[in-house]
Amino acid sequence: MSEFLIKNGYVYDPSQGINGERHDIAVKDGKIVESASSGATVIDAKDKAVMAGALEIHAHIAGPKVNVGRWYRPEDKLFHSYKRGESTRIEGGFSIPTVFKTGYEYARMGYTFAMEAAMPPLYARHVHEEIHDTPIIDEAALPVIGNNWFMMEYIKNNEIENNAAYVAWLLRQTKGYGIKIVNPGGTEAWAWGLNCLTIHDPVPYFDITPAEIITGLIQTNEFLGLPHSVHIHQNSLGLPGNYTVTLDTLKLAEGHTAKNRFGRKQVMHSTHLQFHSYGGDNWGNFESKAREVMDYVNRQENITIDTGNVTLDETTTMTADGPFEHHLHGLNHLKWANVDVELETAAGVVPYIYSPNIKVCGIQWAIGLELALFSKDPMRTFITTDHPNAGPFTRYPRIVTWLMSKKARDDQIKAFKYSDKVVDATEVASIDRELTLYEIAAMTRAGPAAALGLSQNYGGLAPGMNADIAIYNFNDETTDPAAIEKAYGNVAFLFKDGKICVRDGVIVDPGMKHTFWVDVKVKENKQVMHDVREKFLKYYSVNEGNYLVPESYAPHQHVIALDATQ
Amino acid sequence: MPKVVTDVTCPFCGTLCDDLEITVSDDNKKILSVKNACAIGAEKFNHTKEPGRVTHPRMRQPDGTFKEISYDEAIDFTARMLVKSRKTLMYGWASTSCQAMSIGHEIAEKVGGIVDNCATVCHGSSLIAIQDVGIPSCTLGEIKNRADRVIFWGCNPAHAHPRHMSRYSIFPRGFFTVKGHKGRKIYCVDCRHTDTARVADTFIQVQQGYDYELLNAFRTAARGGPLPDEIGGVPKEKVYEVVEELKTGRFGVIFFGMGLTHTLGRNHNIDIAISFTRDMNEFTKFNIIAMRGHWNVTGSGQVLSWQYGFPYAVDLSRLDKARYQTGETTSVDLLTRNEVEACFYIATDPGAHFPIAAMISSSKKPTVTIDPHINCTTEISDVHIPVAMVGVETGGCAYRMDNVPIETRKVVDPPEGLLTDEEVLTRILNRVNQLMEEA
Repeated sequence: MSEFLIKNGYVYDPSQGINGERHDIAVKDGKIVESASSGATVIDAKDKAVMAGALEIHAHIAGPKVNVGRWYRPEDKLFHSYKRGESTRIEGGFSIPTVFKTGYEYARMGYTFAMEAAMPPLYARHVHEEIHDTPIIDEAALPVIGNNWFMMEYIKNNEIENNAAYVAWLLRQTKGYGIKIVNPGGTEAWAWGLNCLTIHDPVPYFDITPAEIITGLIQTNEFLGLPHSVHIHQNSLGLPGNYTVTLDTLKLAEGHTAKNRFGRKQVMHSTHLQFHSYGGDNWGNFESKAREVMDYVNRQENITIDTGNVTLDETTTMTADGPFEHHLHGLNHLKWANVDVELETAAGVVPYIYSPNIKVCGIQWAIGLELALFSKDPMRTFITTDHPNAGPFTRYPRIVTWLMSKKARDDQIKAFKYSDKVVDATEVASIDRELTLYEIAAMTRAGPAAALGLSQNYGGLAPGMNADIAIYNFNDETTDPAAIEKAYGNVAFLFKDGKICVRDGVIVDPGMKHTFWVDVKVKENKQVMHDVREKFLKYYSVNEGNYLVPESYAPHQHVIALDATQ
Repeated sequence: MPKVVTDVTCPFCGTLCDDLEITVSDDNKKILSVKNACAIGAEKFNHTKEPGRVTHPRMRQPDGTFKEISYDEAIDFTARMLVKSRKTLMYGWASTSCQAMSIGHEIAEKVGGIVDNCATVCHGSSLIAIQDVGIPSCTLGEIKNRADRVIFWGCNPAHAHPRHMSRYSIFPRGFFTVKGHKGRKIYCVDCRHTDTARVADTFIQVQQGYDYELLNAFRTAARGGPLPDEIGGVPKEKVYEVVEELKTGRFGVIFFGMGLTHTLGRNHNIDIAISFTRDMNEFTKFNIIAMRGHWNVTGSGQVLSWQYGFPYAVDLSRLDKARYQTGETTSVDLLTRNEVEACFYIATDPGAHFPIAAMISSSKKPTVTIDPHINCTTEISDVHIPVAMVGVETGGCAYRMDNVPIETRKVVDPPEGLLTDEEVLTRILNRVNQLMEEA
């Protein structure tokens, strides 16, 4: 394999505490090494920022509901279907890009890893088929477990060890990465057209509460010592006044400690927090509670969050929170798709337009930014758009610009139709903080890598780490918002596994993507295997023998093997 | 010793039963018995034994007869045809694996083909309706575990999806449906008294072509609005009575088929059926599911969607963008307007299903058909490339009518020397690449 020497760049690597110092980075055989031989190809990174490849911690980019979004919105392709360059496939779609466009766009922004945030286990094969076809970037997927019948029965009976054995089995069956919880209990209730709006609402029939589910799954996660913590989309998403439910949920992490060999410190990752930081009790007095939520998060070392920034675009919302999508359809009356999945979960899809002419959308935009700007620990606060829910991931350059430039934020506030009302309901206009490239690197590289348990090889530039490297045409001197946005959206170079995949924003190599999944060894558990057999015989519509996603579906698989038998 | 292969997925209809048990001879060459399948599914496996299977590609001669040729010759002919033609209809895909489709799409992207599947003459109108109004739906296991109101509208699973009723929709006992069919109310709406109607509790005979009106009446009744005395031959009292029963259910579902998609109104019928379903969610839980026909037509829609964003009729002939416009990029319209320069058919038999005018147009163009068997389409083709039967002689991913992906299995060896769809398509792709480089 080829050898490279990246010279004269400003390096931003929070994992080593390197803040914009000039360092040369040597690459050999797909890894970062101490020094390069004289035969190495020299890449001149003068005046450029050098960072590790970015890691996306939460996006909906592969699987059944994403694909519903694609095909039931042909209008999303209008003006957005094209082919760039010689070596690439046709790209299509804006808010829900095709698999080819997904891989290329992430790469152009300097991303080398993306987590598909919600994989319905029964549809795992579909998720992996799409991941298989997505070029360049490494991917993993989190199976949704927060409304799973097995899980609810085990946790209700306080059988954490059985639940852990089941989760280990499920991760192997679905080639999954960790535990995703979406509207715990509420999605099961949705199968009867109901919901759980607080963490103490009992789940119909199963007679368990969201709080018990979350606590039980935290215990399960730490029992197994998974690389990632539980990854939670809380109850009552998107409703005015929901920040109290959010705080109640976050408090469930108190008293739990992370147990794992990956250096992960958090026991709960609270995702797209923007949707959960709402005050008021109706859309009229709707306001930001980002400060209250972040005050709590800043104090609690064992929680990580991602923002879920609203990008002010026409997009396509999709979530395993089935009742929420039905609610949203009631608000905007755009086409509603829903799928309830037997014994496991559900999902809904509704297009949505975050218009700068609507007060609530402006407030949502402000809340997302406030979360990042109020954060005291960028290593625990990550930038996402909950793609495509608050906006497409392709808007990351713009979000980074808003975070790095008060001027960019002020310009946007001025552009709102109801600027005064947005300013009144939020604090964003009074925040002077401008994030640095070092902080951005923490929020998009070192931080998410640590939260995902991948910090040993990813998210940093230390010798021995995987050579996933993004080089941008900007540095801390760059202040022009347009220049920041342009540079962040078009990497000068992207190295993936030590190979140049993007040069000047143009894809030059399809890369060799890897699918990550977690294989946990647990003690033989006859009870759980009996329960699995019984549920497949009686209640599933597929045979147990056809549930497994074979390893052939995970290209160049990167298996994280664990032993939880001790 | 004969051996039994279990958990076999049936490659016939969209029900995609995955509990078949097939006994094969110890040399892996012959199917000895098929368990759990319906009559049609069993036949799909059993007829591998029938004599007369084509095992070599065949090329039509000037006198109209076919002559055996090698795979290399057939693949070269196909690749040259594809490269030469500026616009090739690449139709079918509904009876092959998703992996094979993926390779086919790569070819289409290279040569500027138009990829279309059987939805174009089947549930395409459902897809259009969903693009207009969305769809509240669920997996078939949800029906089994929860549904207590089941409507079959314009479909006849007793004939078209024979095990649907016993596996999912009428008879099974599920978690919340311990009484099986006794706990469910079954409705059948059709213009004829079908065999499905015979097992329904209530049969509603709608006058042919009046489905839209009747569904509209259902919506009105659900909202408590006034109705004329009779709608499409159904008295208003009946409509009020049925809608009231549906509202008192805990979980309802509508299954619909060609009786809605291809009668007067087409996509509008589906549109209003979905709208009725959506309305019912104000009162109880309600879902709707299309009874997809071919076993993997759903899969073709899925793969096309994640690669190009459209579920069928994907026109790649511009080479740099994907286009989709029903009526313009759909197979029958392309053929009847004489807009394509060549035809490439795989894993489906348009000759048996397309309007005669479309096939007359098709028969005048260079045509290659990839199919395990002789069918109406192979008989108007210049080259017929036989392949192994997917789901019997080779495996691959398929999608059920509720979009659940299930792996099909290889049960027996294909006849000696026979290639699979994936192998043939890969070789065509390689040859296309070669020819394009040479040019």
